[in-house]
Amino acid sequence: MAGPSLMDSLFQRSLDDLIKGLRLHQPTSESTFISKSLDEIRREIKSTDPQTKSTALQKLNYLHSLHGLDMSWAAFHAIEVISSQNFQQKKVGYLAASLSFHSSTDVILLLTNQLRKDLSSNNVFEVSLALECLSMICTVDLARDLTPEIFTLLGSTKSFIKKKAIATVLRIFEKYPDAVRVCFKRLIENLESNDVGIVSAVMGVFCELALKEPKSYLPLAPEFYRILVDSRNNWVLIKVLKVFSKLAILEPRLAKRVVEPICEHMRRSGAKSLVFECVRTILSSLSEYESALKLAVEKVREFLVDDDPNLKYLGLQALLVVSLKHLWAVLENKDLVIKSLSDDDPNIKLEALQLVMAMVSEDNVHEICKVLISYALKSEPAFCNEILGSILSTCCRNVYEIIIDFDWYVSLLGEISRIPHCQNGEEIEKQLIDIGMRVKDVRSELVRVGRELMIDPALLGNPVIHRILSAAAWVSGEYVELSKNPFELMEALLQPRTILLPPSIRAIYVQSAFKVLIFCLYSYLFPDEAVASSPSLPVDLDPGVTSSISPKEFSESSDVVVTEPLADREMDEGFNPRDISQSLEDVSVGNGGDTVIAHEQTSCSATLKKDYFTQESIVKLLDLVERTLCPLMGTHEVEIQERVGNIRGLTELIKQELPEFLVHKERNVEGVKVKALEIVKLMHDAFLEELGPVSTSAQERVPIPEGLMLMENLGDLEGICGDIQLPIPSQFCFGRPHSGGRESTSLFNQQTDEESETSYECTSLLAEHRKRHGLYYLPSEKLETISNACPPAKDPQHSDDVNDDGQDLVKLTEQSLVPKKKPNRAKPRPVVVKLDEVDGITIAVSKPESKDYLISGAVREVLLGNEVSSAQHKLPDKSSNKRREKDKLDIDQPSETKENLANVGKSETSTSKKSKHHIPGKERKHKSSRTNADEREDVQKDKTKSGHHNPRHKARQRADDNVDVIAQTPVIPDFLL
Amino acid sequence: MRRIYAVLCSRPESVCNFIEAESISGPDTRFVYKHYATLYFVFLFDSSENELTMLDLIQVFAETLEKCFKNVCELDLVFNYSKMHTILDEIIFGGQVLETNSSEVMKAVEEISKCSLSLSLCARLGFFIYLFFFGGGGEGRGILLVHL
Repeated sequence: MAGPSLMDSLFQRSLDDLIKGLRLHQPTSESTFISKSLDEIRREIKSTDPQTKSTALQKLNYLHSLHGLDMSWAAFHAIEVISSQNFQQKKVGYLAASLSFHSSTDVILLLTNQLRKDLSSNNVFEVSLALECLSMICTVDLARDLTPEIFTLLGSTKSFIKKKAIATVLRIFEKYPDAVRVCFKRLIENLESNDVGIVSAVMGVFCELALKEPKSYLPLAPEFYRILVDSRNNWVLIKVLKVFSKLAILEPRLAKRVVEPICEHMRRSGAKSLVFECVRTILSSLSEYESALKLAVEKVREFLVDDDPNLKYLGLQALLVVSLKHLWAVLENKDLVIKSLSDDDPNIKLEALQLVMAMVSEDNVHEICKVLISYALKSEPAFCNEILGSILSTCCRNVYEIIIDFDWYVSLLGEISRIPHCQNGEEIEKQLIDIGMRVKDVRSELVRVGRELMIDPALLGNPVIHRILSAAAWVSGEYVELSKNPFELMEALLQPRTILLPPSIRAIYVQSAFKVLIFCLYSYLFPDEAVASSPSLPVDLDPGVTSSISPKEFSESSDVVVTEPLADREMDEGFNPRDISQSLEDVSVGNGGDTVIAHEQTSCSATLKKDYFTQESIVKLLDLVERTLCPLMGTHEVEIQERVGNIRGLTELIKQELPEFLVHKERNVEGVKVKALEIVKLMHDAFLEELGPVSTSAQERVPIPEGLMLMENLGDLEGICGDIQLPIPSQFCFGRPHSGGRESTSLFNQQTDEESETSYECTSLLAEHRKRHGLYYLPSEKLETISNACPPAKDPQHSDDVNDDGQDLVKLTEQSLVPKKKPNRAKPRPVVVKLDEVDGITIAVSKPESKDYLISGAVREVLLGNEVSSAQHKLPDKSSNKRREKDKLDIDQPSETKENLANVGKSETSTSKKSKHHIPGKERKHKSSRTNADEREDVQKDKTKSGHHNPRHKARQRADDNVDVIAQTPVIPDFLL
Repeated sequence: MRRIYAVLCSRPESVCNFIEAESISGPDTRFVYKHYATLYFVFLFDSSENELTMLDLIQVFAETLEKCFKNVCELDLVFNYSKMHTILDEIIFGGQVLETNSSEVMKAVEEISKCSLSLSLCARLGFFIYLFFFGGGGEGRGILLVHL
C-alpha cells in the first residue's frame, strides 16, 4: 500500500462524513463501505500530520465501538496521538487506548512516560484524561510505576482531580497491592473531607474493597459509623450501608450499634433507593434484631403493594433473602406473593415462584402443588416449565424430604408428564426411577402410573416425553410382578408406534419386554414360586418367621438363613443338586415365601394372578414377542439388535421345549429338568434382585481385587482383557472380564449390569454379579417414613443384623444428607471444597459400611461357593484399605490444626484486633504471601496512626481466593463429626 | 449486545427495569435499562451498586444529554460520539460512580469540549443502545445500533 500522500490529508473524510456515509448505505452494502473506510484509515493513520492521524484514529474508534471492528493493530498509533500537544487529539488518543488496550498489549509500556507527564500536568483536564485512561487499562507495571504520581494527586487541592485519583486508586490496588502502603493513609484522611463528592468516591472504593474481603476493614468502622450518622447524601449512605452489611456479620457488637441508625434512615428517608438498601442490609445481615426486622418487613410490604414493578420486584427479592432464616416474613406476605404469580412481568413471576417454593413444607406441599399445576396449565410455556421445574426440584430436595405421600407424588409426576409443553422429561425420568429404587411402598403405584403413560399411544408422538416413557418402561419391567396385567404391559411395550422412539429408549423398551416375558413364563412354569416371590417385594423381610408350608427348596434355604451360613454352607451345597449360585437365588425366593405366608392378603392376590398364566396366553405372548421383535433383528442399532437377539434365542428355546415340559407336568414327574425351565428360573431370579440407589461414595467401598494394579498403565489391563473391550474410563475397577469372572473378585459396574447383555449362557454369572452388586448400593438414604423398608428383601445377610442396619441407617441418613443439603443453597460453592467435603463424608460413611461389607461380603463369597480363599484374602485387603483411609484422615487433621495454630500465632503477633475474626484454613493458600504481608504490616504499623488497617493489602491478594475461604470453613465441623 | 437487545425487545412496557444477566455476562451481574423514546440505556452492574440508584443514574445521564443536546435523539449521540464519552467519563469513572449532579457534569463537559453541535437529520430511525459496564471488574463499553 502506498504511503499517505498530501492529497489524502487534504481530502480526508471526517468522522461526520464517515457516519453520514454509513447511514446512506443499506445494511447490505454497509460492510463493503466499512472495509473501504478501513483501508483509508490504515493509510491515513500513517500520515505524519497529527491532525490526519487523529482523525483517522477517531474514525477507527467509532467503527470499533459501533461495528465491533478490531483496532488492536492501531495501538502504536494511539500512543503517537496521545503524545500530541493538542488537547482534542490527545483526547482521541486516550479514548482509543482505553477502548483497545489490555494487559497483553505490548506497546503499553511506551505509554508509561506519557502518562506520567500528563498526570503531573498543570492542565486539570489533561490529568483527568490520563487518570481515566489509567483506571481503564491499568496493568501491574503501570500501577507500580505510577503509584508516586497517584499519591501526589491524592493530596491535590482540586476536588475535580482528587476524586478521580481516588477512584483510580482502586484499580492501582487491584493490580499492585504494595501501593496500599503508600496511598492508604491519604485515602482514609479523605473520609473526613467536607466535599461530598470526595467522600462518595472514597466510600465507593471502600465498598468495592470491603465486598471482597470485609474483615480487614473492621477497624475503620468508627469512621463509617460517623458517615452513617452524619451524612445526608443518599449515594454515600448507600455505600456505607453496603459496607456495614458485610461488617455486621463479622462483629456482633458493631451490628448492635448500627441497627438503630439504619432503622432511623429507614423511617426518615423518602428516597426509595436508600430505604431499599436499609431493608436489604437488615434482612441480610441484621435479621436477628426483631424490631428492625419487623420494620424492614413492613417496608417490604409497602414495596410489594406499590404500583412500580421495580419496587415490587426488589421487594420480592428482599423477601427471598430473608426466607431462609425467617420464613414468617414470607408467610406474612403470602397473599401478595401469590398475587405476584400472575403479574405481567416475568421477573416478578419468577421471584414469586421462588418464594412460593420456599414456603413449601410437608404440610402444604399437596395444596401448593395443586395450585401451581393449575396455574402452570394457564400460563405460557416458558413459565409453565419454570413452575414444573421448581416443583420437581423442590420436591426431590434432600431425598424427597417433604414428601410423605409418595403415591400422591408419583401420580403427580404422571400428571406433570401429560402437561403439554412440559420440558422436564429428563428430571421426571430421573425421579421416577429414583423413587422406584428408594421407596418400596410406592412401587405398585409407580407401575400403575407407568402403565398409564405407556399404554397411551398418543404420548409416543411427543419427543419431549420420550425420556419419561423410558422411565415408565423401565419401571414396568423392573417391577412387573406388581402389575395387574403383564400381558397388557407387554403389548404396550411392543406397540407399533414405539418406532417413534429414539434407539436408546427403544432398547430399554426391549429390555423391559424381556423382563416381562421372563416374569410371565416363570409365573406360568412355576406357579407356586411365582405366588411366593411376586408379592414379596413390598413387604418387610422377617427372617424369624420360618414357614411350615414352604415348598421343597424353601426349607433348605430357610435353614441357611436362620442358622448362620458358614458351617451349614457345605451341607447345603451337598444336597443341593443345582448350581451353587442358584441355591443363593433360592434363598432369596425362600425368604420371600416366608414373608408371604405371614401376610395373607398378598398371597391372596397372587393366587388370583395365577389364573392369568394359561397355556394359550403364554403361547400368544410368545407369538407376539416373536412377531414384533424379529423384524428388529435387522436394525442398525446394536443395543436393540443384541437385546432382541437374546429374547429371540429364549423364545425359540422355550417353544421347542414347552411341549416336553407340559408332558412332564401333566404326569406330575418331579425332578425332571428342562433346560429352558432352568433358564427361565435363573433369569427370573436374576431380575428379581433389586436395584437400589447408589451412594456417591459407592466407588470407595469397592475392594481392590487381588492382583489388580491400579497404578499400572491401563495398557496392561487391556492385555489381560484380551479382545473383550470394556469401556474402562467410565467405570472404575473390575479386576477381570467375563472370562475370568468366576474365580476373580471382579465386580461389574452398574451400567453393564443394569442393561446387561443377558445372553442366557452366562445367566448364572450375571445373577452372581447382580447379587454381589447389591452390596454397593446404599441401602439407606431413605425417609423416616419408609426407613423400615431398607434392607433388600432378598438379602439374607442384611436380615441377620437388622438392628445394626438400622443404626447404620440413622448414621447414614444423617451423614449422607449433609452433602446434599448444601448444593441446594442459593450460593453455589466452589467445586474444590465440595470435593473435600464429599471426601470427608465418604470416609465417615465408609466405616460402618465397610464393616458391614466385611461380614456380608464374606458370607456371600461362601454362599456363592467362590473359593473361600478369595474371601479371606479380601479381609486383610479391605481392612488395610480402611486403615489407609484413616491414615489419610489423620494426616489431614493434624496438618490442618498445625496450620491453625501457626495462624493464630501469627495473627496474634501482627494484629491484635484481627485475630478473633480469623478464619482458619485460609492461610494454607497464602503461606507464601503471608511472609510478605507480615513485613508489610510492620512497615505499615509505623506509618499509620491507628495501625490496624494494615491487613488490607493482604486482602488484595486474598480477594481472589476469598470464595474458597468462605466455603472452606464448614469443612471443619464436618471433620469433627 | 445482540442478546441484550433481543431481551430488551421482548419486554413489554410496564414491567420492571431489571434483567438478571448471569447467563449473559457472568455471575453477580444485573442489567438495568431505561428507554426514552428510541434511546435505550442499559447499565450493567454488580452487587456493589444499589438497583434503584442505577435507575437514577440513567436518569442523570439522560438529563445531562438532554441539557447538552436539547431534546436528545439517537442522531445526536451518533454524531457526537466523543462528547457522549466525555459526559460519561465525568459521571462514571473507572467503574465507579463519581458525579451524580448533572449540572456539575455539564460544567465540566463544557469546559472540556469546545466542539459545536453538528446535527444533520437523516430519516432513518433506530434503536440506540448504550451499554456501560461497571463494577469491580473494571469497565467496558459498547454500543449497538440497530436500524429499524
